[in-house]
Amino acid sequence: MADSSNDQPLLVAEGLAKSYGHLQACREVSFKLYPGEVLAIVGESGSGKSTLLQLLSAQLSPSAGKVSYRMRDGVLRDLNVLGEAERRFLFRTDWGYVHQDPAMGLRMAVSAGANVGERLMAIGWNNYGEIRDAASSWLQRVEIALQRIDDAPKTYSGGMRQRLQIARNLVTAPRLVFMDEPTGGLDVSVQARLLDLMRGLVGELGLSAVVVTHDLAVARLLSHRVMVMKDGRVIETGLTDQVLDDPREPYTQLLVSSILPA
Amino acid sequence: MNAPTYNFAYLDEGTKRMIRRAILKAIAIPGYQVPFASREMPMPYGWGTGGVQVTAAILGPQDVLKVIDQGSDDTTNAISIRKFFAKTAGVATTTRTEEASVIQTRHRIPEAPLHAGQVLVYQVPIPEPLRYLEPRETETRRMHALGEYGLMHVKLYEDIAKFGHIATAYAYPVKVAGRYVMDPSPTPKFDNPKMNDCEALQLFGAGREKRIYAIPPYTQVVSLDFEDHPFTRYRQDAPCALCGAEDSYLDEIVTDDQGSRMFVCSDTDYCETRQRDGHLGSESAPNKEHGHG
Repeated sequence: MADSSNDQPLLVAEGLAKSYGHLQACREVSFKLYPGEVLAIVGESGSGKSTLLQLLSAQLSPSAGKVSYRMRDGVLRDLNVLGEAERRFLFRTDWGYVHQDPAMGLRMAVSAGANVGERLMAIGWNNYGEIRDAASSWLQRVEIALQRIDDAPKTYSGGMRQRLQIARNLVTAPRLVFMDEPTGGLDVSVQARLLDLMRGLVGELGLSAVVVTHDLAVARLLSHRVMVMKDGRVIETGLTDQVLDDPREPYTQLLVSSILPA
Repeated sequence: MNAPTYNFAYLDEGTKRMIRRAILKAIAIPGYQVPFASREMPMPYGWGTGGVQVTAAILGPQDVLKVIDQGSDDTTNAISIRKFFAKTAGVATTTRTEEASVIQTRHRIPEAPLHAGQVLVYQVPIPEPLRYLEPRETETRRMHALGEYGLMHVKLYEDIAKFGHIATAYAYPVKVAGRYVMDPSPTPKFDNPKMNDCEALQLFGAGREKRIYAIPPYTQVVSLDFEDHPFTRYRQDAPCALCGAEDSYLDEIVTDDQGSRMFVCSDTDYCETRQRDGHLGSESAPNKEHGHG
């Protein structure tokens, strides 16, 4: 489905800034994200990563600058100009959003099958059998045993919840997925498995993604490009290997060298 | 001794105007929940404070009032509300569905078809159909505004996944006039089809939740379902033990501690009318004035 010859950007940020009173959470961020590209935003806590992700996904409106998204009709449109109904529709269909805490992205008291099926029902699917088939096939793809389909995610482990959240987001075949610390709070072996899964899915589906993480290993495994943030500014950007292997900025060098040896 | 004097139908005229404005807005936007300044009534929440306020606001001296509680005219709640309006408004009351101009109901729609000019007032405990799926009122209002009702099907999906069929038996969600999804109050889903294209005006009052909504006469009301699991009515598989009716909604009554039970019409007026017309059930008293046989 993905048109790989597409060389027009999917998401464009221009001069994005967000301030809370005197506090400049984010300033002068500009970049273009192309179809099939995975961009990692790294930096320490408080560097403005999460604010930036919320700006990009139109959950916050910027104090300055704008974000544009290329809709399925091929037209690049300013997200702030879209109506709320259109933004919410985009959020449910063409986008995914993976929260660090799966409880925020899932309905914890509703069965896994319904969690995955909700987006389909929201766009008008009205056949129980088809919804259940789609949910089953997605649970298999994220390696959740089919006999758990009628169990609520509150009975799931942390890793399973995160995989379920991914399935719930991908079921409508979105073109762009935002991820906020997708491996945060998971133990190392579960993280590895999740990263493996995500890397497979992103490649297979030709997804574009913006991944916020403080974990440089996540950036290295998943992303093509990296943006390093400090105090609300992008201080360095480039190809992942280039930035992580040969950092120019002193702060990036510090970040890279502060990884604990395995 | 001076007896306390009430304004006609208990509420003051200013309050009644406020409620009527909410009712008019509700009629203009079928299925939409209109907030209103619900008053304290001389009865506890959950006993029909919303329905009573709506009834008080629309009642005129010429009206004939019927009040039912689970279909029955003779339970405590029905009798006390009927007495309340007989006392404070001096209106005529009745138990006969076709004679009434205003019918206040708790969770049933009468079996006898309603006709033009009648008003059915529902007592509503929880007006928000999305409440148990999405607890944030700010969010559910936005979902109503944008017509995002995928979540409502999640509830039906859960039913089928758990029980193999849509097990929701009451408060079964409906879509009104192709726009708003509405909770028809906890009426059994058996009654849902009666709401569709109904000749009478249907008003819903939720006192504690301070909401009024409405279905104008001749409005399309569709029960939500799936293509492969369509909406079905549910009725106990038995005739009424007193009047033999095969088409009415039944109450199950436990008659001893040995597990015996009988099924009788939940709508007492319907059942009595049929008995008066000579219909008999298995438990009917054998010797009436002129015996059937």
